[in-house]
Amino acid sequence: MCGIVGLLVKTPALREKLGELMVPMLIGMTERGPDSAGLAVFGAPLADSRRKISLYSGLTDDGADFNWLGLTHELKAHLGVTASIEPKGNHAILGFDIAPTVVKRWIKEHHPKLHILSTGRSIDLYKDIGTPAEVAARYGFAGLTGSHLVGHTRMATESAVTPDRAHPFTAGEDFCLVHNGSLSNPNGIRRMLEPRGISFETDNDTEAACRFLEWRLREGDDLETALQKGFEELDGFFTFLMGTPDKLALIRDPFACKPAVVAETDDYVAIASEFRSLAHLPGIKHANVFEPAPEEMYVWNA
Amino acid sequence: MERLTFDLATQPLRELNTFLHTGAKEGKVGHVTVLNPDGAHNIAVGLDCPINVEVVGHAGYYAGGMNKAATVVITGSAGTGVAENMMSGKVHVRGFASNGAGASAHGGLLVIDGDAGLRCGISLKGGNIVVGGSVGSFSAFMAQAGRMVICGDAGDALGDSLYEAVLYVKGTVKSLGADAQYEPMSDEDIATVASLLDQAGLDHDPKAFRRIASKRSLYHWNADANQEY
Repeated sequence: MCGIVGLLVKTPALREKLGELMVPMLIGMTERGPDSAGLAVFGAPLADSRRKISLYSGLTDDGADFNWLGLTHELKAHLGVTASIEPKGNHAILGFDIAPTVVKRWIKEHHPKLHILSTGRSIDLYKDIGTPAEVAARYGFAGLTGSHLVGHTRMATESAVTPDRAHPFTAGEDFCLVHNGSLSNPNGIRRMLEPRGISFETDNDTEAACRFLEWRLREGDDLETALQKGFEELDGFFTFLMGTPDKLALIRDPFACKPAVVAETDDYVAIASEFRSLAHLPGIKHANVFEPAPEEMYVWNA
Repeated sequence: MERLTFDLATQPLRELNTFLHTGAKEGKVGHVTVLNPDGAHNIAVGLDCPINVEVVGHAGYYAGGMNKAATVVITGSAGTGVAENMMSGKVHVRGFASNGAGASAHGGLLVIDGDAGLRCGISLKGGNIVVGGSVGSFSAFMAQAGRMVICGDAGDALGDSLYEAVLYVKGTVKSLGADAQYEPMSDEDIATVASLLDQAGLDHDPKAFRRIASKRSLYHWNADANQEY
């Protein structure tokens, strides 16, 4: 199983309430995914030259006691970078004004157990093991603001229950993907991508889909073209929900093996594996509720 | 006859289903209204007395599953497996239904005013299904007995490996499955479609439907087929 949720607010005033509206959606999918949860939230982009990365210290020896401020001092000393840090226990958002590859390479060298969750100008990413309610409380999901988000509750089938195998997965900058289902050819996709210099961090099947689609986008495909190539190359069962700085996108495999339902009003577009995660949303009784068709692309603009 | 209301925003689903399985059989309550279903699974499953249940809103998985004798109306949409394995009675979805609607129903009537998802009527065993909208791919797969009336279109592989169930479609069929074929409409077929449309409360010209039934060429193993069907 697994549960998927997505929310895109059309009314700017609702950006302040994005997290508050989403938490019951995520918790509503607990029965579909009790072992891990995560979400990616997209907000107004940083300046062109600035980047932020979401970091997870739960795999380091210090765990939630990781010395985040010390990390910024080290970056200053080693790279001469003045970095900002927003810590929340085992999670922090690090902001800086140099190429992210330099910072990420330094982190991998000096703090190899520090897990880099996401990179970009718009995206913040949180994921950890635990029930959706526990993970939401751990990071204060209810207080998150932004234009849209992609969330996931996991019931692991294809790889172990660990924080780095939870969803969303990211690749490149400002791109994330969550998955309900199981791919039958993730290793074939990996064998195709690895010789192109694309490296993998886990043995999870979803990571293959995420890196495949991000590779297509980086090669110049627009989102629709990349998704079409996804239909051609990715085999298995999937409902995928993807986020970019200005879009939410949803696709389902040709057999529609994994569920999805959409509710749209003048104020928002909400997506979930099942309606029970949408039932609390304001104005839901008058929303346009529909089931997305298999092998169709649904793209909403933020 | 008394009327009862269960509000699932404040009452647990188990309270509703327990009443429907026990107190309802005493026959004093003729109508049960279910408020705020909010996509809960297993609403009004396994009923076996002639009671009317109205679910006001969207139901989750398996609503009205295994129904016997009761009439269940869902004013919103229904999740996966609505009226699955129904034995008799009626389940009416006024919105759309997700995948596997009416799967393996042995009897009774399932009416879906909107569209049905994939695999509608899969392994149908004698029930009748009327869909006001369209059905998704692989509908009526291996359907053994009963009838399906589809007022809209059908997706791929309609009636794949069909046994003795008969399908009637008004709209376009993207593709027929293996061993399914179009057949002429007899007067009896037209009367059947008219009767089912009437029971469903849908207004269509029964003569506008096409009949699809089994070629019966898969009934016996053909060693010379060389895996080509």
